[in-house]
Amino acid sequence: MSSSATLHRRPLVKEILKGSDDNLLVIGGLGSSNWDITDAGDRPLNMPLWGAMGAPVGMGLGLALAQPSKRVLVITGDADLMMSLGSLATVATQQPGNLAICVLDNEKFGETGNQASHTSPRNNGPTNSGAGADLAMIARGCGIADSDTVREQADVAKLVKDLRTTKGPVFRLVKVMVEKLDFVMPPQDGAHLKDRFRQALLGSA
Amino acid sequence: MAVRVVKDEPMVAAGRVVPGPGPWQIALAHRQTSDGTGMSDWRDDIFAVFQDHDIKQVYHVPDAGHSRLIEACQKSNSIRTLALTTEEEGIAVAAGAWLGGQRSAMLMQSSGVGNTINMMGLTKTLRFPFLTLITMRGDYGEFNSWQYPMGRATPAVLEAMGVLLYPVDKADEVKATVDAAARSAFNGGQAVAVLLRQKLIGIKDFGKKKARS
Repeated sequence: MSSSATLHRRPLVKEILKGSDDNLLVIGGLGSSNWDITDAGDRPLNMPLWGAMGAPVGMGLGLALAQPSKRVLVITGDADLMMSLGSLATVATQQPGNLAICVLDNEKFGETGNQASHTSPRNNGPTNSGAGADLAMIARGCGIADSDTVREQADVAKLVKDLRTTKGPVFRLVKVMVEKLDFVMPPQDGAHLKDRFRQALLGSA
Repeated sequence: MAVRVVKDEPMVAAGRVVPGPGPWQIALAHRQTSDGTGMSDWRDDIFAVFQDHDIKQVYHVPDAGHSRLIEACQKSNSIRTLALTTEEEGIAVAAGAWLGGQRSAMLMQSSGVGNTINMMGLTKTLRFPFLTLITMRGDYGEFNSWQYPMGRATPAVLEAMGVLLYPVDKADEVKATVDAAARSAFNGGQAVAVLLRQKLIGIKDFGKKKARS
């Protein structure tokens, strides 16, 4: 049995990205987070990753430091973040006021057959047991003071506001359901994704 | 290696981006060194090249061989200096900086190179400029056997990932080498590693430890 999550990731991400303008720079982690941000509407100022597991938080940090007047939003999964926990501490050394990190936690390695990830509870049966790792607590422990967990639809409006406007670094762990969803794919060529992003942001590739 | 006190650090720290020789470069050129030659230290030369190429973010997993350069970057007003928890992070942060229009450089030791290899692929898939300066261990006269495996493998694994190598082992060639590497990276769009050979850095010996027999 998986967690008691009730939030659906696709409408949630759509809500988070609603009304995206040139002020919002989005990095999406590989797999489901990539398909989620693309389902919400592919745009040049999205950087959806098709690989580079563990990269989104670091990438968001470099971008946030380079573009302090823009809002940088990293949307990724629990297993992706688990691969780069140290990057949370690196973010905290810089305290970028324009960076928000949203982790969609389904407690699974979703792209590879829904194996239990480390955020899955302990003693949860032979195929669903993890460590019960709490990424929001880890983020706080790394020095990101504004770190919280969201589980209920009633808290989504505040979640969106915090991710889009609250002074960063903001970390939000969102518990989401395990769902079988369509792949909604952006362009795959990395150089193209990078160039269209830079053209939209800087006016040159 | 003697640590020398830099009296005119504020001139370096001013960190203005001046194309060609600027006040800080002149200050460096006139600075006296511990050996009294008045020649500039190769670590200051690297800092000057960073300024020339408008590098705005510098990442490091600390290394004794880089410590003087790290301090110069930390004191600079034009460079943001980040300590990483692992070298792998540096590739991702560099990609983000480039997406946002800033140039970066990563300082690491050869023992950290293995940590970057998978993520180094990002420089190819995104095709973005990447510059790293690697202090070599397990190299010329290394005393620590634990440093040899990664040190010896460093050129081969970087080349396997398509990274251009610019080795340098003479102090008076450091500036031109780092400058050429920066041009290959930022003008030529390549991933480039400058290998600062152990012959250049000096053999680490943990002071004067007595040999036990």
